Amino acid sequence: MTLTVLTLLQQFVLLLAALVLFLSFVLLAQPRLIAAIHLFAWQGALIAAVTLTVALAGHAHHLYFSALLTLVLKALLIPWMLHRLVRRLGLERHTEALRWPALAMMAGVALVIFSYWLVVPMVEQGLAFTRNIVAVSLAVVLIGLLMMVLRQQAVAQVLGFMSMENGLFLAAVSATAGMPLVVELGVAFDVLVAMVLFGVFFFQIRESIDSLDVDRLNRLTETVDNEDLIQ
Amino acid sequence: MIIVTWLIAFIQALLIAALAPLLIGWVRKVKAWLQNRRGPSLLQPYADLRKLLVKEIRVPHTASPLFRASPYIVFVAIWLAAATIPLVALDLPTSRIADIIVLVGLLALARFFLALAGMDAGTAFGGMGASREMLISALAEPAMLVAVFTLAMTAHSTSLVSVIDHHLTDGFLLRPSYLFALGALLLVALAECGRIPVDNPATHLELTMIHEAMLLEYAGRHLALMEWAAWIKLLLYGVIIANLFFPWGVAQDFSPLALGLGLAAVLFKLMILGAVLAVSETALAKMRLFRVPAFLNLALLLALLGLLSHVILEVGA
Repeated sequence: MTLTVLTLLQQFVLLLAALVLFLSFVLLAQPRLIAAIHLFAWQGALIAAVTLTVALAGHAHHLYFSALLTLVLKALLIPWMLHRLVRRLGLERHTEALRWPALAMMAGVALVIFSYWLVVPMVEQGLAFTRNIVAVSLAVVLIGLLMMVLRQQAVAQVLGFMSMENGLFLAAVSATAGMPLVVELGVAFDVLVAMVLFGVFFFQIRESIDSLDVDRLNRLTETVDNEDLIQ
Repeated sequence: MIIVTWLIAFIQALLIAALAPLLIGWVRKVKAWLQNRRGPSLLQPYADLRKLLVKEIRVPHTASPLFRASPYIVFVAIWLAAATIPLVALDLPTSRIADIIVLVGLLALARFFLALAGMDAGTAFGGMGASREMLISALAEPAMLVAVFTLAMTAHSTSLVSVIDHHLTDGFLLRPSYLFALGALLLVALAECGRIPVDNPATHLELTMIHEAMLLEYAGRHLALMEWAAWIKLLLYGVIIANLFFPWGVAQDFSPLALGLGLAAVLFKLMILGAVLAVSETALAKMRLFRVPAFLNLALLLALLGLLSHVILEVGA
């Protein structure tokens, strides 16, 4: 299916999906926590816009509700909760740069190519105009995973996890024109509960190791104690 | 008919050389307005050129003949590159001289001699400027090539004329790949033309200059040619960006009406681009040299995403 046969609204869906992918890359490389949370909010807003445009272009009325739910949850509520957590943890000015940003970007590009290769046989079956987006959404999931691997800071890892969830939602919208309402509400509730639990975890981690750099969890406490004794 | 098309191509090439100082004057004027100054007149760059052209040439006694030859080579290479791009009309005989890859090659040739000339006099500044210029161009060139390959893949041709032709026949399409390629080309153009986030063309502060450092030893006619070549390069990138991504208005036949309309359209597009450049230069600060690789990495990422989104989203299975 080439671009010329699509209507302007359907082309707009593809454009928005491409921007979601780009935001995933920017999120991966963003060293400032607050800016990363804002980027995540924009990604959520773009996903809501994709859903809304799919609903408009495909006359799928049940997607209007999904779009509204995504906008409220992903673009407003979760970023606000994260923002509040970061402020309470005193991490507003925290920055953590990737060690090899160019290499991380190339790894992300490789993941995009991999997910395209993975999705090609599936795409040949599909008929909806959104089928090309499936590869993009899979790439967003994988880049979120890459972010969880590469980042050491717990809040940044949570952002990676949440952007993985964004990718899954995009896949659901593009592959099957949306999930049933019950499933969607369930997932939304799950994400919200996960967010609350993460908040509790942040305080627990900080209390036990005095930092949110989770790499320090790998150290054995006894060795730390021994060092203290020697000093 | 052939004579007429060659005549139009010749006039277009002269027009490019004549318009380049006007574009730079316009950018300086808008910047002055944004800084609440009145600024020099739009025609000031022409006056600068005339003054430099009649001045006496001074050549450092350590310089080799290469130093004297370089300004001519640089100017001719860039002017030739600029003459092959469609400014007013599409299917001119000059556009068959070079496709996108030859265009990038001609610009690389000019840059090579510019860097050699910078090192030739043996001063510390010239060598420093040349090494920085080479660093930036080595990073900018892959991004530029990948970005233009994205466009070439859409049109199945590396000729600029077929790319624009293909775009015009398709009409208005929202292509994600074009959006990314536009972003990449804008960043590359800023880096290659030495504009503000990468290099400041108005400074002679020794620690930050790149392009100016290579020209420090030049005077008179040589300096005029080097400056003029840099202005033509800015115009070249402006015309490529304006006509590749917003090709509407460019003349497809050689009737006087179409040509006049094409000229008006390209002048309008360049005016807008110049104003955008001036606003971005006012809003942004020059970045540290060691941040430039990250800046050009972003350009490469955008170009790669353009290529991928073309394959994934636009072609389909």
